[in-house]
Amino acid sequence: MSEQSPKERRIILKYADDPAYSNRIDCYLRVGGYQNLKKAFAMKPEEVGEEVLKSGVRGRGGAGFPAGMKWKFLDRKSGKPIYLICNADESEPGTFKDRQIMYKDPHQLIEGMMISAYAIGASQAFIYIRAEFHEGARILNRAISEAKDKGFCGNNILGSDFSCDLVVHRGAGAYICGEETGLIESLEGKRPNPRIKPPYFPAVLGLYQCPTIVNNVETLCNVRHIIEMGGDEFAKIGKPNNTGTRIWCVSGQVMKPGYYEFECGALTLGQMIFDVCGGLRPGRSLKAVIPGGSSAKVLRADERFSGTLKDGTAFDWGLGDIPLDFDGPMSAGSMSGSGGIIVMDDTVDIVQAMANINAFYAHESCGQCTPCREGSLWMRKITQRMCSGGARKEDADLLLSVAKQIEGRTICAFGEAAAWPTQSFVTKFKDDFINKASETAENRDPKSLQLI
Amino acid sequence: MENLLKLSAETLAKIDEVVPKYPQKRSAALMVIHLVQDELGAVDDTACEWIAKRLELQPINIKELITFYPMLRENPWGRKHVRVCRTLPCALRGSYGTCKTFEKMLGVKEGHVREDGEYSLEFMECLADCGQGPVVIVDEKTYENIEGERATKFAELLLDGKLDGVEEFKSYEESLNQQIPKQ
Repeated sequence: MSEQSPKERRIILKYADDPAYSNRIDCYLRVGGYQNLKKAFAMKPEEVGEEVLKSGVRGRGGAGFPAGMKWKFLDRKSGKPIYLICNADESEPGTFKDRQIMYKDPHQLIEGMMISAYAIGASQAFIYIRAEFHEGARILNRAISEAKDKGFCGNNILGSDFSCDLVVHRGAGAYICGEETGLIESLEGKRPNPRIKPPYFPAVLGLYQCPTIVNNVETLCNVRHIIEMGGDEFAKIGKPNNTGTRIWCVSGQVMKPGYYEFECGALTLGQMIFDVCGGLRPGRSLKAVIPGGSSAKVLRADERFSGTLKDGTAFDWGLGDIPLDFDGPMSAGSMSGSGGIIVMDDTVDIVQAMANINAFYAHESCGQCTPCREGSLWMRKITQRMCSGGARKEDADLLLSVAKQIEGRTICAFGEAAAWPTQSFVTKFKDDFINKASETAENRDPKSLQLI
Repeated sequence: MENLLKLSAETLAKIDEVVPKYPQKRSAALMVIHLVQDELGAVDDTACEWIAKRLELQPINIKELITFYPMLRENPWGRKHVRVCRTLPCALRGSYGTCKTFEKMLGVKEGHVREDGEYSLEFMECLADCGQGPVVIVDEKTYENIEGERATKFAELLLDGKLDGVEEFKSYEESLNQQIPKQ
C-alpha cells in the first residue's frame, strides 16, 4: 500500500485504503454503493450514454479515447447480441492501478459495469483479468455473487426486466491480451492475435462478430461517478478535454513510489516526482522519465519541450513542467498512456534500460506480423549484445532502422509500442549508445544496477 | 465423458460449472485449461485431447493455446514455484540481483525446476505491482520489495517453510481487508 498524499483527490480510490473498509458488499452499501445503479435504471439507456458523453471521460487503459464516443460507435441495428468487456489485463509495465480497484473495492467496478451494460444494452458482460491476479479473480467472483444475491447483477436487475450476467475470465500471462481485439480473440478461446481495423472495430464486429464494448477497469468505475454527479458536473473535474481524476502509478527510483489519484492537470510531472514521491535517493539526479507505461516515449531530464497546445497557447516546458493529464505528455511528444510513470536516476545505464524494455517486447510480440515478430527480436539481440561487451558505434543507427521498419507496418499498435521506446531512447541518448562501444570494465559506473 | 485424466470430482464439477457460462463452448478453453493445470500441474497431450473433446474441439485448438500463453505448461513447475518480476520498474529496484540470490539459495537456475522437483524459478514479465518492486510471487501469493538482504532472508524462510505468518513478509493478498464489517 502506498502512503496517501494530502494533495490527492481520491474519487475512484476514495475507500480503497481506508482501514475500516473491506472489499465486501456491506462496506460498499454503507458508502452509497449501488445507489447509482438505481439512479441509472430510472433513466433511459440513451440518457445514461449521453451523460457519459457529456462527461468527456477518456479511456484509462492507454489510448485515451473518449468512452462516450466509443459507445456511440456501437452498432445497435445489427440485431445481434451486444457484449460488454472489462479489460482487466493490466499489463503495461509501470501500471498497477486496476489491481488496487479490483482487490480493494470490486463492487465499484461491478456497479460501473452494470450501469454501462444497461446503457449499451448488453445482456452478457465479461471481466478479462490477467491470470497472475489469482486472488483478484476470487475476490471478483465473490463480489459478483454478493451482488447477484442482492439483485444488482444477473437476472432482472433491481426487479426490472433488464438482465446482465457477469463472468470473470482469466487470461494466461500474455501482454497482447490487453490489446482489445487480441483480448476478444483470447476470450473466444483462440490465440490472441489481434484483428485488423477496419473492418474489425469491436463496436461493430467484436466478440463472436457481435457489437462489443471493451473498456478499462478505471474507465468503467468512472461511469458510476458520472451517474452520481451528472456528466456536466464530472466534466468540471480536471481540465477541458482532460476530465476527471487519474490514478498515476509511479515506479522506479523515487523515494516513495506508489499510486496517487489526482484531478487531471492538478500537478506537474516535477511536482509528482519531487513533492508527492519524495524525490530521488540522496545524491542522485534525474536522468529520464517514461511517463505512460513502457511503450511511451522516454523523456530526457534536460530536454525542453515547446510548441502550441490545442487551444492555441504556446508552451515551453522543462521535464518538470509537463502537466499530468492526457494532453501534457502528448504535447511533449510522448503520452500519458496507462498512467505508469517510470523514473530513472543518473546511475541508470540507459543502454541496459533499453535492453530490458526490448526483452519485454520481444517476449510479448504475438508473432503474427513479420516486422514486429522479427524486429522486436533483433532489437533485443542488438541491445543485449551491446550490454555484453559487443557494442559497436553503428548500433545506434542500426536500432533506429529496425524500429522504423516496425512502426506503422503491423496489424495492431504493439508495433508502435515496441518501436517507440527504441526510437526515443536512441535518439535522445545517442551518446550513451555510441559510447557503449568504448566501455570497459574499468570505466563502467560501479553504482549502476544490472538491468539485463 | 470418460475421466481419462483422473481429475478430482471437485475439478470436474468446476469444469461443468464454467463451460455453460459462455455463449460458445470454445470460449471456456482457457478456464478449463486453468482448472486442469491447477490439479495436474501441466497439460500434456492426453490432457489436450481430453479438454478438446470436452469442448467439442480438435486437440490442436488446445495445444496452440498451451504453446502460446506463458503461464500454460506442458511440463509441471516445482512443488513451490517462485516467480520474480524482470521488467524495468522491478529491475530498477534490483530484481536481477533478487533472481540471482534465489538461483543460488534455492539451487535452481531461472526457467528450470530443481532436480528433486521441490522448487522452480521463473523470471517473469511485469506482474503489475511496480510500485513495490522487486515483486515476487510464490505459488499464488505476491510479496513486495524483495531485494538485497530482504531477498536472502526471504529465501531462507521459504527454504525452511517458515514464510507464512512472518509480519515483514506479509503478502499483498494477506494485507487486504476482506472481512464482513460488524454492524
